Amino acid sequence: MDIDLVFKIAGLGILISVFNMVLKQAEKEEQAQMLTLVGVIIVLMVIIQLINQLFTNVRSIFGF
Amino acid sequence: MVEIIQIVGIGIIGTILAVVIKQYKPELSLLLSIVVGLIILLLLLSRIAVIIDVMENLATKANIDLIYFKTILKVIAISYITEFAYKICEDTGQHNIAMKIQLAGRIFIMILGIPIMLAILESVMQLLP
Repeated sequence: MDIDLVFKIAGLGILISVFNMVLKQAEKEEQAQMLTLVGVIIVLMVIIQLINQLFTNVRSIFGF
Repeated sequence: MVEIIQIVGIGIIGTILAVVIKQYKPELSLLLSIVVGLIILLLLLSRIAVIIDVMENLATKANIDLIYFKTILKVIAISYITEFAYKICEDTGQHNIAMKIQLAGRIFIMILGIPIMLAILESVMQLLP
């Protein structure tokens, strides 16, 4: 669960930056911005799941 | 023993990848460092549960009132989470938000501590003539 998640996000970041360069070449600036937003949103969804898991674990362990 | 190697490995790989991504997409490198932090915290939680069980057994054996132990656990949980959020905000340079989070954490811990302070004061008052 843990280390491949890190690689997934790093790979996503590099992929997005490559796509951005390609889009810049094709003079499609706005698509490049949209793509960055999509990438950030995807990673945010992963983070929200992890934070949710962290909070439920902390609540159960510390007996809230 | 293996867990510490796993955690250190994740941390180092995470920081290296965060630096690599920083030049292309700074915001993604921040998100990546948050994810690495979350993963390490999640790995630690199972170890903390073991420590808490041992402390709980000792507390029940020494027949200490469990309410105090529960409060201590809550204080530790609050500091655990606020420290996590505080360091993230600090890391990005948002000192303003970081200080607010730390202040909030202190206030919640103070609120938790009030019943214990009252109990101590009452016991002290009984001692006085």
